[in-house]
Amino acid sequence: MALATRTDRRPSLARTVWDSTVGKKTVMAVSGFVMLLYLVAHMIGNLKIFFGPEEINHYAHWLRTVGEPFMHYEWTLWLIRVVLVVAVVAHATSAYQLSRRDIRARPTKYANRKAGRSFATRTMRWGGVILGLFIVWHILDLTTGTVHPGGYEHLHPYQNIIDTFSTWYGNVVYIVAVVALGFHVRHGLWSAAQTLGVGSRSRDRALKTVANVLALLLTAGFVAVPVGVMTGVVS
Amino acid sequence: MRLTLRVWRQKNADADGAMSTYEVDGISRDMSFLEMLDTLNEELILKGEDPVAFDHDCREGICGACSLVINGDAHGPERTTTCQLHMRSFRDGDTIDIEPWRASAFPVVKDLVVDRSAFDRIIQAGGYITAPTGAAPEAHAAPVPKPDADLAFEHAECIGCGACVAACPNGAAMLFTSAKVNHLNVLPQGAPERETRVLDMVGQMDEEGFGGCTLAGECATACPKGIPLMSITSMNKEWLRATRKAGRR
Repeated sequence: MALATRTDRRPSLARTVWDSTVGKKTVMAVSGFVMLLYLVAHMIGNLKIFFGPEEINHYAHWLRTVGEPFMHYEWTLWLIRVVLVVAVVAHATSAYQLSRRDIRARPTKYANRKAGRSFATRTMRWGGVILGLFIVWHILDLTTGTVHPGGYEHLHPYQNIIDTFSTWYGNVVYIVAVVALGFHVRHGLWSAAQTLGVGSRSRDRALKTVANVLALLLTAGFVAVPVGVMTGVVS
Repeated sequence: MRLTLRVWRQKNADADGAMSTYEVDGISRDMSFLEMLDTLNEELILKGEDPVAFDHDCREGICGACSLVINGDAHGPERTTTCQLHMRSFRDGDTIDIEPWRASAFPVVKDLVVDRSAFDRIIQAGGYITAPTGAAPEAHAAPVPKPDADLAFEHAECIGCGACVAACPNGAAMLFTSAKVNHLNVLPQGAPERETRVLDMVGQMDEEGFGGCTLAGECATACPKGIPLMSITSMNKEWLRATRKAGRR
């Protein structure tokens, strides 16, 4: 008779990761990194608005033909969209579940607690909520045109962007969200590195600098567009 | 020194607690914080009142028993244990808030005493090496490179007081668990159980109801033994490595 010698049956890799706080943070780190890569590309693409309508409108068209003839029209774009939706859902779900757990783990507050954390760290949760709501508005505004203030025209981002940033609320919502993004990236990128175990004492200063510089560049790059429209550089 | 103390009083685990105010006089600057509380308790006993219950043992900063949140800081304003904190860190006439560690995984037993047996169960899950008992082995049988020995010792300094949990805005036990995991995982003696140790200890930590890490860094600031925040990074790395290896089996 053969004896059962293996008693260490562990749950599957996906189970282990999703059931553990450390694993869920890994999901957050990886999905956050995917979104960050997209944001860098998005920010660089946005800057084409400063080179005239032809350039950015052509860029919008190119986004749909990229990968041809291997990929059909818009396939690459949809592939990126699917990856992004998966990343956003994974990031938000893990954040929600971890936050619920964190609040349950620390139900009582201290009588006089000084906030020893940085502003970026303290605002990760609400900053994330602001960014989530912003993404919904941003897509309805400039991708589907549902809540667009002017006459939305598909594949004419130049005019669409000017229309949005000609309204006061368009500017306010956008700039608030982009500043929130800067703070989110500042703490998020450095934290993701710690979660993935790539941080170390000797690398810490470099990692913090990269996170801060990237947060600043992203914020500046994105804010440049509404500021450009407001100041009449883009019209 | 004359001080006003606002102390958390709670009859037992099920009772509701509240802050009670006491005045203490004749406190010397050279007293330790616990001696100041002893003075208060002597007065309370003389008055026939219930003395304030608080944990303490060695009173020399090495056992990890004392556990008070003083003015919102775990172990008070200095980077040391409560027993090694002296009254010279305060000023005459100060009002001092004294509370227990706050975390659902550390339920209050009475007043300022909390139940930290969740830490013991995390240790039981893997904070040891499986070695045959008997005579002490030859100390030089397993050579340890000096940098590894230093790293292990830095983590071994953890006295398990729980200040990291108390300071963490999420009530997370990551710094404690990482100190224990790294202490053994960098040594050759800990190598055979390197993967199971981190998986089991993190699993137990989650089961105990501690929160997750948001890299706020308050644990490392509060730690009286200076366990670095990077300890958590190292544990994350160990956990990911172990998860990958376990997935292949």
